[in-house]
This record gives sequence, structure tokens and C-alpha cells, in this order.
Amino acid sequence: MSEEPRDWTRGAEGIAFQRCSGCGHAWYFRRSFCPACGAPEPRAVQASGAGRVHAVTEVARAPSEALRARAPYCIALVDADEGFRLMAHVERGTHIGDRVQARFLEFGGRPVPVFFKANP
Amino acid sequence: MNREPPVSWITGIGLTSFGRHPGRQTLDLMSEAAQAALLDARLERGQVDGLLTGYSTTFPHLMLATVFAEHFGLRPAYAHALQVGGATGFAMVMLAHLLVDSGAAQRVLVVAGENRLTGQSRDAAVQVLAQVGHPEYEVPLGATIPAYYGLVASRWIYERALDAGSRAPDDADSLHWQRELAELAVLMRRHAAGHPGAQFREPIGLEDVMASKAVASPLKLLDCCPVSDGAAAFVVSRSRGDGHAVRIAGTGQAHTHQHISAAPSLVRYGAAESMARAAAAAGFGPRHCRYAAVYDSFTITLAILLEELGLAPAGEAGRCAREGEFSAGGRLPLNTHGGLLSYGHCGVGGAMAHLAEAHLQLTGRAGERQCGQPERAVLHGDGGVLSSHVSLLLAREG
Repeated sequence: MSEEPRDWTRGAEGIAFQRCSGCGHAWYFRRSFCPACGAPEPRAVQASGAGRVHAVTEVARAPSEALRARAPYCIALVDADEGFRLMAHVERGTHIGDRVQARFLEFGGRPVPVFFKANP
Repeated sequence: MNREPPVSWITGIGLTSFGRHPGRQTLDLMSEAAQAALLDARLERGQVDGLLTGYSTTFPHLMLATVFAEHFGLRPAYAHALQVGGATGFAMVMLAHLLVDSGAAQRVLVVAGENRLTGQSRDAAVQVLAQVGHPEYEVPLGATIPAYYGLVASRWIYERALDAGSRAPDDADSLHWQRELAELAVLMRRHAAGHPGAQFREPIGLEDVMASKAVASPLKLLDCCPVSDGAAAFVVSRSRGDGHAVRIAGTGQAHTHQHISAAPSLVRYGAAESMARAAAAAGFGPRHCRYAAVYDSFTITLAILLEELGLAPAGEAGRCAREGEFSAGGRLPLNTHGGLLSYGHCGVGGAMAHLAEAHLQLTGRAGERQCGQPERAVLHGDGGVLSSHVSLLLAREG
């Protein structure tokens, strides 16, 4: 798969991560080498959007006037099935340990991943 | 390596009141604290040959140490600024300790301060601080510092509820553990009542914390430290002098991540690792100390650090506070000035107030807050989101 995966941080609806061809380590923040073993040219991979909630908070106090109208909103750390952790929005009422699936909704003028409880 | 551990002394401290200092700028506040520290160490400006400064969010500068040296009237042989977020104050002390031991300087002035409260809008402060988060992967989600710590707190509550036998922690479990955290805010406020320089001195109770407005669940307003104006300074010297000196017995650091998304664990951070390095250098550890100064940007920060440093059993920091173990007459008096939560938090100077108070306690100068005659103190600070850890072990005698 030579095509670049869709990546919400670049305005597309998708979650991208990287995997090392050498040691197999998977990570989230984009860079040009493996942070575990230093090997160059990691593979960019499209995540399935499936995962499990590791931590969750409801933000009542938004950082800017522009986002004030959107509060409260929930932010979570989600352990993606592919073996990396990411921060994203999450449906209200989601708890630690819940299985979740990502969709994409507009926030602050761009699509951001929002995880919804997955059907068990 | 077969060399003696480094020896240095904190021979003077300076601490302003924290809160509102309208009209006073970064350099004004830094100067006030620096002048107080020199007076306390009985030094003239010309005797200072090393200078370390922190940073100021209201006065960002590429060369803050040089700017301060010029303003205050110093011509140091060694000077630069340093930044590790909230851990900066203790990191500067560690570096000063190593510098005087190396011979690069004899007497290092360590100083930081800023008008973080009155020098900018509340939104500006929140946005600047949120930048410890990832600019592409975290900040666009509307994340804030309290949100990062809210995530940390949610996981701590979940783990503690599991430890206590809950199979699927629910809202009742969460409320129970929120009350345990709230005990720490109540304790810090009680301590602040004894310090005229503290930003918040009116007593608060558990229900006040629980009823305070939501910020980032499970954290409420009174779980969070305030934003303050203020400054602090120390003199770290190679020689003890004949004044009230405290020996820096051991120092250590650990850096495990920057962003909470990339933290290796939300259960164990780098605090124990950092403290183990300090203890190895000191030849004693936290359990030998009778005074503790621990970073408390949020109640959850304090709970996690107390537990990881072994100063409270897992899940029992709240109980220890409630039962007086961290009070003046308790087994381990903690942040007797009121901590960041109530003395206040002016950035780099915030944790430095913890050290100023520890110095007063170790030298028997804490007045009505004095807790017996502690001989050793354990200090720990963190920067970022429990990202950068610095530990200090101090001793009264050589």
C-alpha cells in the first residue's frame, strides 16, 4: 500500500500511525524513524479506528472563546487495536475499559476523531 | 567512578508573596526575590559568580539570564536560563549543586518569577500552558493542562477502585476517590492559613472542594492550583559559610515522556526512578526524612507523587492527610506553606516556594509553622504532565 493513509491532523477523516519494519514497534506521533530502534523509513498505516478507552475526562472549561460554545466535551486516551495510544474526543458517558470505534466530527474547524461505544 | 558525591549548600532563600502584584513585571518580581536571597545569604552582588534563571510566560526571552544579570547588576562567570516546566526550579538547584562542585562557580544565584496572573488574560495563560501538549495531536482537540491531568486522575481513580475490590468502577467509586483527593486540597489550604504570603488563606472543607465548579473531570476548581504572580530565589554555595545553610545531599532526575499520549504508563511515572538516583547520591532516602515538599499542581499530582515516592501507601494519601500525618505535628509534615494549591503557582517560582519553606523548616526559622527540628527533607517536582521529574534530598548538618 503505497498510498498515504488518511490522517485527521492533515485534514482528512482517518487515524494514521506508523510501524517499524525492523522491530515491529507501533507509534502515533509521525516521524521519519523508529523511536524504539532508530530504523529509518517506518511504514505509515491506516488505523481501523477500533480500540479501548484507557482514560477519560470531561472538559468543562475550554481554552478559547472559539471553543467555549462546544464545552463540555469529552477527551479520552484510547488504546488502538493496532497497539498504539492516541488522544481523541469520545462520546459522553463512555467509561474506562469500554470498547470504542472512531468516527469523525468537526471541532475547531477540522475533523477530529470522536470515539463512540462499539456494539459488544 | 570513585569520587566523593558533590557537596553544596543552600545559604540563602528569597520568596515573595504569591497572588496579585499588579503593575509589577517579571524582572521586578525576580529582583525582589533575588535581593531577599542575597540578604539572607549575607552576600553582595559582586560575590555572585553564577546565575541560573527559569523562564517567564509573560516575558519570553532568548536570554533571560543575561537580561536579568544586566538588570539586577551582576557580571557572572556562568549564566543561562533553563526550562523543564514546573520542574525547572528544582532542576536549577540540581545544576547549581553540580556547578559549584565542579568549580565552575562558587556562589550561584538561582532565580525565577513572573506576573503570570496580572500580566496576561486568563485565556492567554490557559493557552500558553496547554502548549506542553502536542501541537498537532493534542492541542487541536481543545485539550488543556487540567484536561491532561483529568485523564491522569481518571485512570488513578480506576486503578485505585480496582485495588479496593471494585470489578467495574462506577460513579460511586469515582466520588469516593474524588473525596480522597479533595483531602489534599483541604490540607494545603489549612497550611496556607499559617503563611502571610499565601494567595488563598480562607479555610475550606471537603464539601467546598466537592462543590467547586467542574474544570476537567474528575478535577474541580479547588483540585487545581491557581495562577499567581510571584518569585523565588536561592543562593547555592560551594562553602557552607557561617549562616543558616542547608546541605544538598542528593539530586536526581527522570524524564519518561513529554506528552501524556506518549507516557509509558498512567500508573507509574518517573518519580521513583528520579528519587532513587537522589537517594543513591545522598546515602539516605525519603523514609529517613521528617519533612516533605512535593509538587502539587493538582490534588492528583500530589497523590500520585506521594504514592510513587513511598511517602503514602497506594491509595492512602487522602487518609494520611485526613488523619494528620502530613500536618505540622504528624509523621511527615508536607508543604507547610500551603503548596501550589494554596500558596500559589507563578510558574517556575511555584515549586521554589516549596524549597524555601523546607529551608526554613530545616534551619528552624518557620516560626509558628515550625515542625520540630527536622534534620532531613525530601523534595520532588515534576514538569509537563508528570513528564520531567527532579528529586532533591536536603540535610540540616554536614
